[in-house]
Amino acid sequence: MATSTQTREGGSAPLSRSAFRRSRGDGPFRYASTGAGILLLVIMAAIAVFLIARAIPALQANTASFLTEMTWNANASEPKFGIGALAFGTVLSSFLALIIATPIAIGVALFISHYAPRRLASFLGYVIDLLAAVPSVVYGLWGIIFLVPFMRGPSQFLNDYLGWIPIFGGDQVVGRSMLVGSLVLAIMILPIIAAISREVFLQAPKMQEEAALALGATRWEMIRMAVLPFGRPGVISAAMLGLGRAMGETIAVALIFPATFTISFEILSANGNSIAANIANGFGEANDIGRGALIASGLVLFIITLLVNMAARWVISRRKEYARVAA
Amino acid sequence: MSAVTPEIQRISGLRRFKDKGVQVLVYLAFAIAVVPLVSVLWMVIANGLARFDMEFLTHSMRNIGARDAGGGAYHAIIGTLEQVALASLISVPIGLLTAVYLVEYGTNGRLKRSISFFVDIMTGVPSVVAGLFILAFWILILGMPFSGFAGAMALSILMLPTVVRAAEEMLLLVPNDLREASYALGVSKWRTIVKVVLPTAFTGIVTGVMLAVARVAGETAPLLLTVFFTDSINNDPFSGPQMGLPLYVFDQAARPNDTAIDRAWAAALTLIIIIMLLNLAARLITYWRSPARKR
Repeated sequence: MATSTQTREGGSAPLSRSAFRRSRGDGPFRYASTGAGILLLVIMAAIAVFLIARAIPALQANTASFLTEMTWNANASEPKFGIGALAFGTVLSSFLALIIATPIAIGVALFISHYAPRRLASFLGYVIDLLAAVPSVVYGLWGIIFLVPFMRGPSQFLNDYLGWIPIFGGDQVVGRSMLVGSLVLAIMILPIIAAISREVFLQAPKMQEEAALALGATRWEMIRMAVLPFGRPGVISAAMLGLGRAMGETIAVALIFPATFTISFEILSANGNSIAANIANGFGEANDIGRGALIASGLVLFIITLLVNMAARWVISRRKEYARVAA
Repeated sequence: MSAVTPEIQRISGLRRFKDKGVQVLVYLAFAIAVVPLVSVLWMVIANGLARFDMEFLTHSMRNIGARDAGGGAYHAIIGTLEQVALASLISVPIGLLTAVYLVEYGTNGRLKRSISFFVDIMTGVPSVVAGLFILAFWILILGMPFSGFAGAMALSILMLPTVVRAAEEMLLLVPNDLREASYALGVSKWRTIVKVVLPTAFTGIVTGVMLAVARVAGETAPLLLTVFFTDSINNDPFSGPQMGLPLYVFDQAARPNDTAIDRAWAAALTLIIIIMLLNLAARLITYWRSPARKR
């Protein structure tokens, strides 16, 4: 288990255990605040417990293997559904988003921490944070109305000239593709990766930066020698947090993905779906077993994101220097 | 020539080229990141204004046929405001008390560490999973109907970690001297927290809560699973399906005709205005009262 001890001035550690004149409110207030903290743990446990409780009946009614079945016919009289294609789509689209977003996010973070004029930096950081303030559904709307038609040309271009690379292959290029969905995901996870990377880069030891510059390093060489090695674990965990966010992102991809149940690496063809998108699209007409099946898929999503997030937090909390970096 | 010039020129062409090249790439990365923001905002404003009128703000979708123009998002605006207010009512007390525990009461034991760790993990819970949890627990197992309150509970799960972190941050900034002065006067611990520590941190906490509200106001997935849809005005968040602005956008965007798409844009504009106002208010509060805090 990770330790996220925060060593900051202002905590009340030394006094909290000293003796006071007990007042009547002290006990209840203490219990209330401890209880609130415990409630938070209970909620996390309850999420897992109740999802499992509702998933089990559906999984028992399933006539196919939940792990390997590709189709999703959970509402039929003989329910057949499996997580295979959905999990594949979730993982592929999130990783594509990560590959697109991470380099740009690192550039943005470096820009704000080391390139932009000091006076402008916090404002520019705020502009990037605004990207995170735009609701998912608005990105979805923008995606289907603007980005899908807009990306037809570039997609066709990639298919024509780079079609020999398997992921750009395929006979028919469509607008609502895995690539466009991943692009929207990339836009949505960029702010969180950029924000955490920025915080980490700002904490790079100033002495080392100045020493590098004093020895005649150019700005890039200084960054490569003093900032990036220091920031690497932070950037990695930022990317993992972004990955978790991309996997759980629902509405934007529900609007954009063509909702097929295929396993294909051809990101320009009509492939693309994810666990979250399937929940949003399938919930309306789901019957009792159908809802249970969606909850089962949600449980899988919960577990995957939980593991990704725990790993990310673990990487952050291992480094004491990052103590001040909060999400 | 001055004596400095030859020293500088010793940097080889390749190193200078790399330095400049990276600088260009970094500037370019920022420009690329801003493009979608500008594009989204521009499209929302340009397309949203077409239907952003009094009728839109004061009428619901009741008796509006599939192809009809007109109609509005009044029911969705009411729903969003009620759901977000309820979510705040649930998550702010719990979040605040948790933060008080973490800062004031928790010794560095296992409980404090695990709560702190799970607050971080909770920020990563996908919104759709929070919705599924309330669906499974409240609607399917307890047999409650779809309602605004169910949506508010799902939203509060998403708000909680943000509120806890913001409040914790602010409580840690309260100088220990204040606490010690209060203790020295013989004030008990809980009175010190309620009368001295919390008031000092108050504005910061308000800012954090507003940012949390802004974050959940745009959430669609949990509402889809817990509030469901309605075209009529439902002022009571405790009974029957409601609407929410994000849901309204999702619903209208999935319809094939232009009148619906226009309404979707107008609702997106309304939603973004609400969220930006919350963000702006939060920033202004921090800006006005931060003499020493610098980032």
